[in-house]
Amino acid sequence: MKRVYMDANATTPLLPEVMEAMRPYWMECFGNASSIHLDGQQARTAMDRARATLAEFFNCHDAEVVFNSGGTEGDNTAIFGLLHPGDHFITTSIEHSAILRAADRVAQHGVKTTFVAPSASGLINPAEILRALRPETRLISVMLANNETGVLQPVEEIGKIAADTGVFFHIDAVQGAGKVKFDVRRFGCHLLSISAHKMHGPKGTGAMFVRRGTPIEPLLVGGSHERRQRAGTENVPGIVGLAKAAELAMHSLEDGTIDRLEKLRDRLEAGVLQLPGTGVNGGWEGEKKIPRAANTTNIWFDQVEGEALVISMDLKGVAVSGGSACHSGATEPSHVLMAMGLDKARARASLRFSLLKTATDADVDYVLKVVPEAVEHLRAISPVAAGTLG
Amino acid sequence: MTKPETIAVAMSGGVDSSTVAAMLAHSGDGSANSVVGLTLQLWDQTRLAGRHGIPETPKAGRCCSLDDVYDARRVAEHLGIPYYVVNQQERFESDVVRPFVAEYLAGRTPIPCSLCNNHLKFDQLLKTAQSIGAQRIATGHYAVNEFDQKRGRWILKRATDSGKDQTYFLFGLTQEQLAHTLFPLGRMTKPEVREAARQHGLALAEKPDSQEICFIPGGDYKQFLTAYLEEQGQQMPETAGELVASSGEVLGRHEGIFNFTVGQRKGLGVSSPSPLYVLAIDPASHRVTVGADEELATRNLRACGLNWISISNLSAPMRVRAKIRHRHEPAWATLEPAGADEVTATFDEAQRAVTPGQSAVFYDGDEVVGGGWIV
Repeated sequence: MKRVYMDANATTPLLPEVMEAMRPYWMECFGNASSIHLDGQQARTAMDRARATLAEFFNCHDAEVVFNSGGTEGDNTAIFGLLHPGDHFITTSIEHSAILRAADRVAQHGVKTTFVAPSASGLINPAEILRALRPETRLISVMLANNETGVLQPVEEIGKIAADTGVFFHIDAVQGAGKVKFDVRRFGCHLLSISAHKMHGPKGTGAMFVRRGTPIEPLLVGGSHERRQRAGTENVPGIVGLAKAAELAMHSLEDGTIDRLEKLRDRLEAGVLQLPGTGVNGGWEGEKKIPRAANTTNIWFDQVEGEALVISMDLKGVAVSGGSACHSGATEPSHVLMAMGLDKARARASLRFSLLKTATDADVDYVLKVVPEAVEHLRAISPVAAGTLG
Repeated sequence: MTKPETIAVAMSGGVDSSTVAAMLAHSGDGSANSVVGLTLQLWDQTRLAGRHGIPETPKAGRCCSLDDVYDARRVAEHLGIPYYVVNQQERFESDVVRPFVAEYLAGRTPIPCSLCNNHLKFDQLLKTAQSIGAQRIATGHYAVNEFDQKRGRWILKRATDSGKDQTYFLFGLTQEQLAHTLFPLGRMTKPEVREAARQHGLALAEKPDSQEICFIPGGDYKQFLTAYLEEQGQQMPETAGELVASSGEVLGRHEGIFNFTVGQRKGLGVSSPSPLYVLAIDPASHRVTVGADEELATRNLRACGLNWISISNLSAPMRVRAKIRHRHEPAWATLEPAGADEVTATFDEAQRAVTPGQSAVFYDGDEVVGGGWIV
């Protein structure tokens, strides 16, 4: 059966170039980058090159790049590494759980958090961040692109607020990587986290921009890796893969790939919206279109249970996502959509389509064939499957 | 040759439903049916952890525990069938857990498995299955269903393995549900099922059966009631009252009617030369009547919330065998209509501990005539 993968915000496949770049570092150049000998030096050189690529990707100095295991580690490091008892922390209610659960953890140690809610369109208003500031506020953390809606948050304005008030600013840029051009100077952030696997790099690898002089306590201690900011033997193949993915992402941002992707997404969205009883979650502020990641659209379907729709589409070869998976693999309504003010039924009846940058017109055609079939079948079978949506 | 269909198997991670999945996926009869595994996520086993003595970490081997979902997923992978976990926690809470709590607080002894079968395992599962493109569902229940041309009805019959028969919990199935359900284990014994599991190479062929109410960690329902009400921000309602003998003599006081079940002997808190049993619980006065074992026996019961299977309705008295609890040997009785949604059953011989809240299921030979809830 034909399969179309439209869940790029969950993860992406390696691009062949990434696979090739990593290949020598499993068996031939397997050295430990901390070793003095030639084998170690080869690994060290590969890492230095990767670091230079990431510095270009972030627009920062090489020394400001810290390799780690991915987005969750970056998010956790920002919070656990900067906040102390008595501090105040500002974040938003639409962040990834790597931020939200970390905030819960530090709450047990006397850190108070303000969760700023988004508008109905999924946008965070910088004025709300400003209003939440207190004398003891030490850190602001806001995501660049929301994983569910793709809505791009006004990080530059928030960065100015942070600069004006002397508060540290972390950006969870995991969903922005490869979709938006990065410039940590322009963003005005002290910390920024990315994950390789969201942009065609390997899983289990990520990087963090840490502005010079940011007094961050490492999460992991041990050897003096990563300038003592992150102990543990470096994942050299992963780091090489991340750098290759970042390099390819920079090309894509320049060569029209992202514009093409946006057109494809718009065609998909318009096609799905032909169905009655549908609408887009986020992306519109009244009549005004607001910036979104080029690959993402989140659509609600009246009188449909999202979980059943995801399963039926999967059985027809289309991978999309609805809500967030809980520990068992069952779906919970998305906290992002709930924070935007959707009721539980509509949040549950919403699907996220997130396109790979390699998506084709044929992929969109196929999805536009499958979605109406599946939705109409569901509506015919149990017009009030919504009866279960307590 | 019939048109190939898609069958959704309700997989709990136990031997029975896993074997059903294996039998249908690898039927060997050349049928082109496709099989999809579904697990209903009904209850978060960690939800009440740490409240009122409920352990912080749930025990393994329970419905919806992560271990069981893991087992079901491994079986699906072994069989090469698609598998999904479907979140039905809200419906389970509203249709099973809340009525369960309300029944106990009203002095009755509820039977959540039947509620779960009526609302989740069949009604919801069938809806979910059909919405994802399946035509029928299959479960690991021990029961037999077949269509009777003469009567034009679907009939539910006791399983071949009488020790495993689960028809008592299935009396609420509608004709529509019976028509779209497969019970592949109905004609098999448990040892045969385990053998089939081994032959299909299922690693969990020797996994022990689960017995307890799936959402009650440790099986202590009083602890569950307290913890659940606390989580809901509610107080346990004040239902303390008098403990009286059947003569009306007050023997003492009790701390709440939810502590009692008709037929209960332990924990009454009064001493007596001969053993005492709970005879009746009056939710209005909070009075609990106790007496000797022989006083527990009654010849009559009333049941409401009826569902008929082998007949379309009861219009005249009928001789049946009535089963009044899971481990009860069905006893001869005469069934009579007693209103729109109510019947009486008069037993030939008095039966011990007819318990409000339990179900009464009526059999004609091996067939389930129907059933209802004892009031």
